[in-house]
Amino acid sequence: MKSIIILILLFLQSSHILASEEIYLEKAPIDLSDQPSLQKGARTFINYCLNCHSAKYMRYNKLLDIGLSKKDIKDNLLFTGKKIGDPMEISMPVSESKKWFGAAPPDLSVVARSRGSDWIYSYMKGFYRDRSREIGWNNLVYANSAMPHILWELQGEQGLDEKTGKLTLMKAGKLNQKEYDAVIADLTNYITFMSEPDKLKRKKMGFYAVGFLLLLLLLTIKLKKEFWRDVK
Amino acid sequence: MTKKNDTQNSTGFIGWIDERFPLSSFIKNHLTGYYAPKNFNFWYLFGALALFVFVMQILTGIFLTMHYKPDAEQAFASVEYIMRDVSFGWLIRYMHSTGSSLFFVVIYLHMFKSLMYGSYQKPRELLWIFGVAIFLALMAEAFFGYLLPWGQMSYWGAQVIVNLFATVPFIGPDLAEWVRGDYLISDATLNRFFAFHVIALPLALAGLIFTHLIALHEVGSNNPDGIEIKDYKDKKTGIPLDGIPFHPYYTVKDLVGLTVFLIVFASIIFFAPEMGGYFLEANNFVPADPLVTPSHIAPVWYFTPFYSILRAVPPILNSQFPGVAAMGLSVLIFAFVPWLDKSPVRSIRYKGILFKKWLGAFVISFIVLGYLGTVPSTIWGQFPSILPLLGGSDVATVVARIFTIIYFLFFFLMPVYSKKSITKPVPKRVTMK
Repeated sequence: MKSIIILILLFLQSSHILASEEIYLEKAPIDLSDQPSLQKGARTFINYCLNCHSAKYMRYNKLLDIGLSKKDIKDNLLFTGKKIGDPMEISMPVSESKKWFGAAPPDLSVVARSRGSDWIYSYMKGFYRDRSREIGWNNLVYANSAMPHILWELQGEQGLDEKTGKLTLMKAGKLNQKEYDAVIADLTNYITFMSEPDKLKRKKMGFYAVGFLLLLLLLTIKLKKEFWRDVK
Repeated sequence: MTKKNDTQNSTGFIGWIDERFPLSSFIKNHLTGYYAPKNFNFWYLFGALALFVFVMQILTGIFLTMHYKPDAEQAFASVEYIMRDVSFGWLIRYMHSTGSSLFFVVIYLHMFKSLMYGSYQKPRELLWIFGVAIFLALMAEAFFGYLLPWGQMSYWGAQVIVNLFATVPFIGPDLAEWVRGDYLISDATLNRFFAFHVIALPLALAGLIFTHLIALHEVGSNNPDGIEIKDYKDKKTGIPLDGIPFHPYYTVKDLVGLTVFLIVFASIIFFAPEMGGYFLEANNFVPADPLVTPSHIAPVWYFTPFYSILRAVPPILNSQFPGVAAMGLSVLIFAFVPWLDKSPVRSIRYKGILFKKWLGAFVISFIVLGYLGTVPSTIWGQFPSILPLLGGSDVATVVARIFTIIYFLFFFLMPVYSKKSITKPVPKRVTMK
């Protein structure tokens, strides 16, 4: 009974906690019609993310929608004997990953719909060196995140200025800031695409559907007027 | 056995059917020979629209059921399977999720029409009560359906709502456990909610809608003037002078309304199916996790006015039951409106300013409470601590309390102000505005 009361109180007060969670998010430059960007993002995703994170609701053959051919997918993106119709699953068992990281890396299929594209974009740019933590990294967007900075070779090492709360580059990586931002933009674009692969199709269909309905409206208005002429 | 007039003339195939089944007389009684007042306005669209949405929810629901798995292990994945691998599955799912929200939009407008034009007054009390029953069944239907995607919001929303039963004195905890079928929301709960959502409540709704329509066609439709068209009939034909056959007049008129509705509907499903997180919440794209409580749990927008009332009532003697009871009353009280309204006239057009003010206050409180239910209670900060009584308490909570009181006063004081409100003379025949 006590736990129930606590839960209800928590529910009623839950809003308090939300208010304290405000963080500044950078706007992600999302363009789902930019196929080269989506393709680059897909490559980054498969090479870097798909080792620990799965995207088990996304099938490889959905990559055909972003302009890749079957051959491209088979030759460059499919590993370990997977078939093109297979979902993007990983072989790392959840029980093991929990031991290694403290929390299992979440499936990323729909993460752009739960966290939002801006969050992902800012998160991937928000890693900084934190020697006080076991994994050696921390994140400005998600404090004490269990994820180490996988792309540190590309970005280099950022440090947190405690006074301003801002990040500065301490050690340069393989890419300059502009190039790294572009990689993250493409990656975020791809993760956004993956969260709802039919989004562009949906919007395109919407124009036809609403267009048709507008024409139908003209007809129904005329029909109504014709019938109602004799009602006074 | 004597044949009815309208079946005597039918020949051929229809004649063959009419001898065995009252097809022609049914069409005559309920469509071509059902006389509705000719002065229906915009507000009279929503009944037909509600019926349309109901049918659409059933149809899209059937297709979703073909692919959905009511299993705690597979439910979330099966919804994503529908969104990605079932052809046009995303369209069917968005139609269903948008349809549920628009069902409430349409029902709220339909109820508001009845409040405006006194459509619950004698002899339409039962018609109104069937309507309130439909509203209750619809709320239950929406609640059970919301668990099915098995996201975090589904899970924790259900957890909290089921726990409301636990606040009932004495039998509460046992009652909540009985509803869940387990000590917490689990596979057992998902299975029974699925059963309620796909068969029990749709069946109840279909039955209630049927009785609602039977009652409507028995007493006839009210109209914006709130007068009986049956009082002035053509002496020869017995047809109301201000009535027109439902078909074709209102079928073609409703077709216009339906098309406008479909434009709104299509715009949402194709361009903004999440509706900024109001129709599909971001947190529901995270699979249900009994070990992780989300930081912010809020119901879907159509429950928020009632949720605000729950939140506004302070616990008494450490019990949340008063809030739960107030929330229950805020819904059930609609059923008593036919007996609370003591006005000699039906329509707001002739009811006088006092009634209009109260109805306006009710609408404002419904909207404010609805808004406050979607946001944290800290949204407007706290009163400065030097203020007596109010010091330190959340501004939004105090505002919610004030509007909760107004919400209930609309009903509790109705016998007084509806009687006092100075009415205008009612015309004998309907007016076309």
